[in-house]
Amino acid sequence: MTRSVWPVASGVAWRTLHNVLTTPALLIPGILFPLFFFTAFAGGLSQVEEVPGFDYPGDYKSFQFVFVLLQAAAFGGVFTGFGIARDFEGGFGKRLLLASPNRLGILVGFGLAAFVRWVITGGLLTVVALVVGMDIGGTGVDIVGLYTLALLVNVCGLLWAAGIAFRFRSIQAAPLMQMPVFLALFFAPVYVPLNLLRGWIETVATVNPVTYFLEAGRSLIAGDPTEVALAFGVAFALIAVLAVWGVRGLHRAEAAG
Amino acid sequence: MSTLEAPRAGWTPGVTLTQIAAVAGRSIRRTARQPAMAIPPLVFPVALMLVNAAGLEPSTLLPGFPTDSFLAFALAVPFIQGALFATMNAGTDFARDIQTGFLNRLSLTSLRGSSLLAGQLAGIVVLGLVQAVFYVLVGLVVGVRFASGPAGVLVILVFAAIVSLGFGALGSFLALRTGSGEAVQGMFPLLFVFLFISSMNTPRDLIAVEWFRIAASLNPVSYLIECVRSLIITGWDPKALGLGFGVAIAIAIVSLVLASWAMTRRLTRT
Repeated sequence: MTRSVWPVASGVAWRTLHNVLTTPALLIPGILFPLFFFTAFAGGLSQVEEVPGFDYPGDYKSFQFVFVLLQAAAFGGVFTGFGIARDFEGGFGKRLLLASPNRLGILVGFGLAAFVRWVITGGLLTVVALVVGMDIGGTGVDIVGLYTLALLVNVCGLLWAAGIAFRFRSIQAAPLMQMPVFLALFFAPVYVPLNLLRGWIETVATVNPVTYFLEAGRSLIAGDPTEVALAFGVAFALIAVLAVWGVRGLHRAEAAG
Repeated sequence: MSTLEAPRAGWTPGVTLTQIAAVAGRSIRRTARQPAMAIPPLVFPVALMLVNAAGLEPSTLLPGFPTDSFLAFALAVPFIQGALFATMNAGTDFARDIQTGFLNRLSLTSLRGSSLLAGQLAGIVVLGLVQAVFYVLVGLVVGVRFASGPAGVLVILVFAAIVSLGFGALGSFLALRTGSGEAVQGMFPLLFVFLFISSMNTPRDLIAVEWFRIAASLNPVSYLIECVRSLIITGWDPKALGLGFGVAIAIAIVSLVLASWAMTRRLTRT
């Protein structure tokens, strides 16, 4: 099984990355937008940490860094989903299905490409955050935990977008891939900790899985790990559900011929 | 002699107004018939405002924050964001006219270049006013009370028309210079940067990071937002109104000059 998956996965990943890395219109927005969000939020909203009850132990840069890191991870997956849709729209997807001895390799290949995209964006974001003096209170283990959590979010984003792309096989489905992820990210405690949210946003944020990723990620970078196991549990559960969604989508694309 | 010079000899105001109305009507109908173009400029700024207002409501607890409702504070943003969206859409449509050769065909008719530009911009201004009315209604529905009263709402609508005219002319300039809808859309992130590096989420005097405060103070979008915001939460603030209208009129004049120049160049080439 592994032997038949790897050649397909590596080929798909190489092609996808080659396309992204040699096309500025695909590469640059994916890199610049997270950096821009980090600048706008960490710079323009830093006084929010003075709000009474804002009990996050680190600085506001690290508070926002975690959000933007997870956002970049999720969108690394979503943008790769755009590529899947483009491939099917242009007819390449069908040829790929015909040529693959193990079609699961296609999904794995796009997953690898999404991972590398996120590594590039996340790496640049980390460098910028360190250059502007972001506080890191966590140990090496905490930071590895944070980046692992982001990787799981990246997988979730890819599986969600791939499921849509395989089903619709058209780039016109891009808003369907993008909007739910965007809403899930922003219906979480983006600007202040959960305990400061009031009204409908508090209710929504409490049941939003992204809240658990954010709270755990922020606790890890601040060196005060809280509810990390819960966040990882939620992430693995989401991946399990979305893997079924993605693989069934792939089968739908196969059935469509 | 270019194709547009011949009709100029027989120029009459009535004909020109008819031409402008025809182009404006086409511009409005084209947007209204494309839900993907008409709905996002209305819905997305409001959605972003509601999400930001919910998340940033605790900011109102900061000493010196000018209101106890972040929703009232944030309501000014959709007016400017919506205008930016509409600009990009209108510019993209205009660029499509160039790409498909429609502008070339028009240049063979008696339609004057100035009428074409004026009609295009009139359509954008009408759509900008529709958006502004929608945002005012949304504000009233969610419980925002305009401190400047009904007269203030009228001033906001006039301001929205000027902002739409300025940004619309800018979008037209980009379309005429590049002749590519993709290139016009490519400018969208830049406009988004102008929006976010401004006082959209925080009063400038409360921005703690110095470089950001300076950037926001240099950014003309801050003054456009603060003009609308003053009418919503302060009442009649001559300084904010003067700066806002001054910046909006300056953008409109510069953009109109650029768009007129680009239109002349584009028609000369054809």
